[in-house]
Amino acid sequence: MSEKVKLVHGNGGRFSHELLETYILPHFKNEWLGVLHDGAQFPVQAGRMAFTTDSYVVTPYEFPGGNIGKLAICGTVNDLAMNGAIPQYISCALILEEGFELKQLEAILSTMEAMAAEAQVQIVTGDTKVVEKGSIDGIFINTAGIGMIPDTVDSHPKNIKPGMKVIVTGTLGDHAIAVMGTRYGLSLAASIQTDCAPLNGMIQAVLEKVGKKVAVLRDPTRGGLGTTLCELAQQSQTGILIEEEQIPVTAEVKSVCSILGYDAIYLANEGKAILIVEADVEEEVLSILHTFKYGKAATTIGTVISQNKGKVGLRTTIGGIRIIEPLGEDQVPRIC
Amino acid sequence: MKTLTSQEKANTAKALLARIRELYTPGEHLRFMEVCGTHTVAIFREGIRQVLPPEIELVSGPGCPVCVTDQIYMDKALAYAKQEDVIIATFGDMLKVPGTEHSLAEAQAAGAHIHVIYSPLEILELGKQNPDKKIIFLAIGFETTIAAIAGTVKAVHLSSVRNIFFLVSHKLVPPALRVLLEQKEGQIDGFILPGHVSVIIGEEPYRYLADAYKIPACITGFEGVEILSGIVNLLEQRKTNHYQIGNQYTSVVMKTGNPVALQLIDEIYEVCDDTWRGMGVLPKSGLRLKAPYDQYDVEKVYPLTTPLPVEKPTGCQCGRVLQGLIRPDECPLFGKVCTTNHPVGACMVSVEGSCAAWYKYGRASGGLAWK
Repeated sequence: MSEKVKLVHGNGGRFSHELLETYILPHFKNEWLGVLHDGAQFPVQAGRMAFTTDSYVVTPYEFPGGNIGKLAICGTVNDLAMNGAIPQYISCALILEEGFELKQLEAILSTMEAMAAEAQVQIVTGDTKVVEKGSIDGIFINTAGIGMIPDTVDSHPKNIKPGMKVIVTGTLGDHAIAVMGTRYGLSLAASIQTDCAPLNGMIQAVLEKVGKKVAVLRDPTRGGLGTTLCELAQQSQTGILIEEEQIPVTAEVKSVCSILGYDAIYLANEGKAILIVEADVEEEVLSILHTFKYGKAATTIGTVISQNKGKVGLRTTIGGIRIIEPLGEDQVPRIC
Repeated sequence: MKTLTSQEKANTAKALLARIRELYTPGEHLRFMEVCGTHTVAIFREGIRQVLPPEIELVSGPGCPVCVTDQIYMDKALAYAKQEDVIIATFGDMLKVPGTEHSLAEAQAAGAHIHVIYSPLEILELGKQNPDKKIIFLAIGFETTIAAIAGTVKAVHLSSVRNIFFLVSHKLVPPALRVLLEQKEGQIDGFILPGHVSVIIGEEPYRYLADAYKIPACITGFEGVEILSGIVNLLEQRKTNHYQIGNQYTSVVMKTGNPVALQLIDEIYEVCDDTWRGMGVLPKSGLRLKAPYDQYDVEKVYPLTTPLPVEKPTGCQCGRVLQGLIRPDECPLFGKVCTTNHPVGACMVSVEGSCAAWYKYGRASGGLAWK
């Protein structure tokens, strides 16, 4: 086979099959995809199903600690987990640029296989297209996923009530800074890596223990913690007050933010979740999270309150309260 | 330098606030002006206004280099951008600053070749990779950035790359402060001086504030406790009638500044008059490339031949905001016609512009609306 993707690999004929057989199927081995029908068929249970989709277009497609494939699996798995669902089946559509290196594709698919195994999900159906050189940057991926939501779980902003506690599962900004470092050619510490990870195992463990005492789960991806909390406050019409000194940020990310003028609460995360829980289970939830590698730095950052409905306030270290608004323009490195 | 823990910061802040309450006279309205966009943002981020007595008002001045770059400069940049063989290299903030007819971002969408850089030195690589193009770098900024750009001019001069030019409109902070004090309107009772500019220039260029104008001034860092200690310093100067250039940022600001940077700036540039948006021409407040480096001055080597657009009134009050005469939310366009999505003036474009900061952090009367 050639070393690069060619237009003919997307025409549905012999070369498309060769690409599928040589590169894709070896990484996504299961009875559903193996049939190579127009879709996957499987029995379903009665109950509530969660269904989500996301497209992944990150540039660069490789960054410290991961690649676009890792994001594509973890992102969709995590969205299902945020709905309280147990992720089960994933679809994967690849759009490849003519000339894309096949060994790059191999590395991305291999990562997807590893993430799917960790998350215990199967990639059961998919599609591959090839577009002309210059149309896209290398590779775009869309994944969609489904999973069933147990009856003992209900993750929805309407459940948020004053008195509940706001927990975040770990340090913020790691993913955004890792990607930005590669994009701008900054030489950052080797410890700055994406936090991209499948959280479903950890979230399931919490939900199995405390069920509906978790009011809502949401992952602070694009727009960061700040934007996500604003959405939750608006959707639930409650106020949320968070404490600046409780927000976990590594020293390395803090340094980069301070030099470039970024605000860590608006940076994207790909392996973190926000849980809003009833106060009486706060300690129990934290102790469960701490037993997982993706939750070691979990901490309470704030409280839901009845005043200031729809607003998010951040109490700074010096005691002032600053109102947080959703992210507007993308943050750019400041001039001076 | 010791880094404070969160608890130590909170305790220090309490002590500083207690000292502030001891030093100020209740009922006396004081206006302290900061002249650094990073301070504008830091003051909001730290929630400083909520913890200060309400009579101490913090006002933003002309501290954002993007905001004080005037419309004519943008129109020149756009005129060069439209030329076939030109690549404009610029800091990201400049993309959305409106010229008379449109912005660089709009010109880019219409096919102009605009390259956003993070470090000025990137233009050397840009020049090498595009030998048949003219790379024109939009060289704006206060003293902090001037030092870096001076280094870039030198690097270009020492290289063999000969297709790089600069459209210069640097601004110097100390002359602008004098103009602010001379204006008939407005009340300024003290200056919170810029941290990073002062790293370059040190304390001496501000000396006239204490000697000639007897106005307290203090160089300050950007954390909450650093800003509060700067305010304590200003109040102590007022109380004792002993005026000086305070320095609460001695971790990075030396009295004499950075002599290497100052020498390099002096080698590359000479002082000239310059136009500040909304403030007119300020004497000896700008820089231009001096010989032999003026061979990289694009206006000298490739002067524009087509006339620039005639300035149209938009109702923008950036000038009055920059001089601290009105708050951003007192401009009739603020938040209605002029937002960060659709900026009318430069103060709304730059991340560290007063209007953008006010829009992002303090729309409800300076962020004081948390109940």
